[in-house]
Amino acid sequence: MSAWGWILLASAAAFATKAAGFLVPPRWLDAPRARRAAAALTVGLLASLTAVNTFAHGQALAVDARLAALLAAAVALTLRAPFLLVVLLGALAAALVRLF
Amino acid sequence: MITPAIRIGLSVAVATGLYGVSFGALGVAAGLDLLQVLALSALMFTGGSQFAYIGVLAGGGGGASAFGAATLLGVRNAVYGMQVNRMLQPRGWRRPLAAQLCIDESAATMVAQADPDEQRRGFWSAGLGIYLLWNLCTLGGALLGDALGDPRRWGLDGAAVAAFLGLLWPRLSAREPVAIAVACALATVIAVPLVPPGVPILVAAVVAAAWGWWGRGALR
Repeated sequence: MSAWGWILLASAAAFATKAAGFLVPPRWLDAPRARRAAAALTVGLLASLTAVNTFAHGQALAVDARLAALLAAAVALTLRAPFLLVVLLGALAAALVRLF
Repeated sequence: MITPAIRIGLSVAVATGLYGVSFGALGVAAGLDLLQVLALSALMFTGGSQFAYIGVLAGGGGGASAFGAATLLGVRNAVYGMQVNRMLQPRGWRRPLAAQLCIDESAATMVAQADPDEQRRGFWSAGLGIYLLWNLCTLGGALLGDALGDPRRWGLDGAAVAAFLGLLWPRLSAREPVAIAVACALATVIAVPLVPPGVPILVAAVVAAAWGWWGRGALR
């Protein structure tokens, strides 16, 4: 298959994957247990995304400037900084650590 | 009116969208032409999968292995689709549009909000904002090549880390969510070297869902 063929097929698969989640009837997720699972899933996904973005480098683990971003963000959040400031401080911390 | 969720969504959109520059530059460097690079951002629209796709090509792999890597990396979007459908219940033409916008950042912005209206605003502002900026920045990156250098130099990867922690933070108000967050972060870190990229998040999702399902009492 041509380069275009694979690009279109992979894009279609990406959309089908996203849309597949919509086929789960919301009422299945309304039972008390399912609600608990959904609440836990929210926390778990956010924690996982934080961990992946901090420590993953492809399939390897790395401790680098991103850890400084995590710590700077944690300090800012403890001090109740607004979201945008937290994001900017994270970027600044990573950039500064790389600079030196 | 700019509500807190919209402000968060737009901040996330800027931090994420700018990464499109690096995708555009790397896509051209991997041997795709301008239209093909643009098509990946507009149609595939899930950053991790797109980087995997061009990464395989740049490493000398063929279309089939690029397809496999990108598709595996996108499986977590099905989990987001499930949550977006449950929380927003979009109707009509908004359904396929919402599906296309189901990515890490839009779903994370949505679930981090407590109020249903704010969940909706957070999802759409992050999703549409990223879509617009991601595609514009892809075009910019593809045309400029790597003149701008590595986005990590500007701390953009640090911005992503801070944004996800900022979304998680308000949830850590009781002992059980903290324990779930720690368990899922640990599960993720353990899984990273063992399974392909993208799958560690699924491992954490299974840990979290099982914890919630078999646990007791209220969970906020």
